[in-house]
Amino acid sequence: MPYSPEFIADLQKVVSPGNVLTGKEDLIPYSFDGTAALREMPGAVVFATTTRQVVDVLALAARTRTPVVTRGSGTGLSGGSLPSPGALVLCLAKMNRILEVDRANLTMLVETGATTQAIAEAAGAVGLFYPPDPGSMKISTIGGNVAENSGGLRGLKYGVTRNYVMGLEVVLPDGEVLWTGNKCVKDVAGYSLRDLFIGSEGTLGIITRVLLKLIPPPACKRTLVATYSRMDEAAQTVSDIIAAKIIPCTLEFLDRTTIRCVEDFAKVGLPDCEALLLMETDGHPAQVAEEVSRMEQIARQNGALEVRVAQDDAEANRLASARRSAFSALARVAPTTILEDATVPRSELAHMIRFVNSVASKYQLRIGTFGHMGDGNLHPTFLTDEQNAGEMHRVEQAFVEIFEEAIRLGGTITGEHGIGVAKKSFLPKFAGDAQMRVMRELRRVLDPQGLLNPGKMFE
Amino acid sequence: MQGSLKSASAGRGSFLKHLDYSVVQQCMHCGLCLPTCPTYDATKVERHSPRGRISLMRAIADDRLEVSPVFGEEMYYCLGCLACMTVCPAGVNYAELFEHARAEVEASGVLNQPRRNLIRALAIRWLFMDHGRLQLLGAGLRLYQQLGLQTFVRKSGVLRLLPKRLQELEAMTPDIQPAFSDDLIAPLTLARGPRRFRVALLTGCAQDLIFSDINRDTVEVLTRNGCEVVTPPSQYCCGSLHAHNGEWDLAVSLARKQLLQFPPDAFDAIITNAGGCGSHLKHYSQFLGDDPVFGDRARLWDSKVKDIHEWLMQIGVQAPAPNGASAGELTRRETVVTYHESCHLSHGQKITAQPRQLLKLIPDIKIVDLPESGWCCGSAGVYNIVQPEMANQLLARKLQHVRSTGADTVATGNPGCLLQLVNGARSQGWSLRVVHPITLLAEAYRR
Repeated sequence: MPYSPEFIADLQKVVSPGNVLTGKEDLIPYSFDGTAALREMPGAVVFATTTRQVVDVLALAARTRTPVVTRGSGTGLSGGSLPSPGALVLCLAKMNRILEVDRANLTMLVETGATTQAIAEAAGAVGLFYPPDPGSMKISTIGGNVAENSGGLRGLKYGVTRNYVMGLEVVLPDGEVLWTGNKCVKDVAGYSLRDLFIGSEGTLGIITRVLLKLIPPPACKRTLVATYSRMDEAAQTVSDIIAAKIIPCTLEFLDRTTIRCVEDFAKVGLPDCEALLLMETDGHPAQVAEEVSRMEQIARQNGALEVRVAQDDAEANRLASARRSAFSALARVAPTTILEDATVPRSELAHMIRFVNSVASKYQLRIGTFGHMGDGNLHPTFLTDEQNAGEMHRVEQAFVEIFEEAIRLGGTITGEHGIGVAKKSFLPKFAGDAQMRVMRELRRVLDPQGLLNPGKMFE
Repeated sequence: MQGSLKSASAGRGSFLKHLDYSVVQQCMHCGLCLPTCPTYDATKVERHSPRGRISLMRAIADDRLEVSPVFGEEMYYCLGCLACMTVCPAGVNYAELFEHARAEVEASGVLNQPRRNLIRALAIRWLFMDHGRLQLLGAGLRLYQQLGLQTFVRKSGVLRLLPKRLQELEAMTPDIQPAFSDDLIAPLTLARGPRRFRVALLTGCAQDLIFSDINRDTVEVLTRNGCEVVTPPSQYCCGSLHAHNGEWDLAVSLARKQLLQFPPDAFDAIITNAGGCGSHLKHYSQFLGDDPVFGDRARLWDSKVKDIHEWLMQIGVQAPAPNGASAGELTRRETVVTYHESCHLSHGQKITAQPRQLLKLIPDIKIVDLPESGWCCGSAGVYNIVQPEMANQLLARKLQHVRSTGADTVATGNPGCLLQLVNGARSQGWSLRVVHPITLLAEAYRR
């Protein structure tokens, strides 16, 4: 249903005509996000550049009962910023200023469209550190990171986006602007609404500003690569490292298919082997040196074919950057790559990886698996073709089995990508009746008209 | 993927629909290309990004979108800098998609306008199809400049009667060299010392008129490194201009002419010193791979085409002798040089290390890193003529970075970039030296 000319004219009055897109050629590029095989045309796209404009756009949407889907750079992997049918896409990528870096309180205040990379660089410029590093950090926006509670490679030691959000400015569906949180490390006044909006996937309010926590950077870091002829040996290495009371900042693994694709793109000298661990430890130089030697020893005890220590920061960065490309690199070998992020307690990792591979062979599917082994967050990625309906059906069946097993093992259906539309049907079983009821009621209270990101997470 | 282009040229008027669907589908829209795209960076609008453009191409292939004037304009708003290809983990062949999309636009006629059609007919379909016509135009311009007419016209103020855009274009008119390549270079130049290789030199179109001295320097450098150089006096355009501007059939016909003039089995290498040309020259098999007569020859050709920097590093270039300064002599002033990457050399051909390695061999030169060295300068073929606004934004950004290095010389391996930077520095009244790395090397050999 196309929008009325009056509605478009009103939007143009709010944000200027250049910030409203309505042509078909303009809308098609907003009909998807980073999620495979999902497409839905928006009614229009509007760019807001101030909180005031967000308020006014929401007021217009409420008056006309137009659904609104908030978007940053559109790199999400669960369909969170996929337009709901007939929705107005509210794109906040132009609202990207870094407003303040407070070196006395170790905080940074940014607008919602600032990229994760820009934030990391701004922190680095004053000798501070913003740890969360999702795969798409070069372009993902902080607003999206907060709305999805994004993780990344450093989650094991440093936690995820939630652990770095100290405050939020949120525009509520009724147009009221809410501030939650502050620069205090301790604050127990009232419910933590800040935590409610983190991971709310654009369903409860629109995040317009974020107050972030920064930390001092580690003085030293070292990266190791260990290769294995059996996946179990890699998994056992991870378990043994954790059991030895070492918390590295990164413990990533890649299987053979993923290694080949990543090497094909990044050319960082990854060998052809069954499994590979990318490990990084950081901290005080003496502690790092000790941990590196113990991790190397543990890897060798578990049958590692080779353990290589990166010679310098440049090599370490190339390896981390190559790992971040894993998901996209898998697209080299298949037209459609469908990635999931089932997560299990670390003790169940080796079992879960075997289970994923057995499901893949049961349904005759090609799979590449990689992920954050240190925190139990797996990324089984099916290599398929969305035009092959039969195979796509088998992919769905395989995921049902994988998610059910993850739940059975005490894990979760999504570690860092969110529910969106991709995992919507699995949420009720995972969350249970009581949680579903509370979530529904919360959403109804904040968004009684159901305008924000309708159809996402749950109905 | 190789065969996809044959079917495209057979199905004229539906290039995107006849393209192997896997090429379109290769993009999994992860968005990692966005931060590297100059037009997305400037606008933050998805349509002006690689994945946005690919989504439009796919919509046409899927019959969800007609080829429209807006689509056509979008395809010409793209610089074709290929920075997206360098960062794409999925390995999307954007160059191929982009050439198909522009061919689709031209075949559909959605951008037809009398003035545009006339300019394209004159420039792309007539002028750049024949070396003699180009040299005739060059000779005319040279006369205009040598007789002082240009200075007179510029000073007289008569230009102010022209529309602003024409005034700007007049200011961009390149200085034509007093001699073209065939005046400076013999058809056969013997190696100095024992012959190690026999190579052909492609003299290019713009390069031949405006930078024939670079061609001469290239021959000199090659001969000093044991290469015998064959340089036919009259050569054809490589067809890059045509392929990038939707003139598929002309690009194919020019590729055939090159293969006839330079049988690849007769040379150890076919040398180009223009990044933009090299990027196209290395893919003739995409155009002729399925041709029964030319297919094998095109594949051999692709393997023989070498950018000059690439070739020199491959054969082990001879370092210029250090200046014969005695120890007691005052330290000579070092030239501070920074290196700007031609997009089609770095992103198109992935040649980034070799030019820097060559520059490092030159005595009395201090190399400083250029921030954003791989970001387009806005030249992008004829982009600076057809999209002046975006091109000027990019030029200003580039010059600002060059200034920040404190360099007095900027080296770059492509005539388009050379011209763009020369014009940019001139418009700022800045005596920046803009030079091809090979010229710096040749000068060092002569010292």
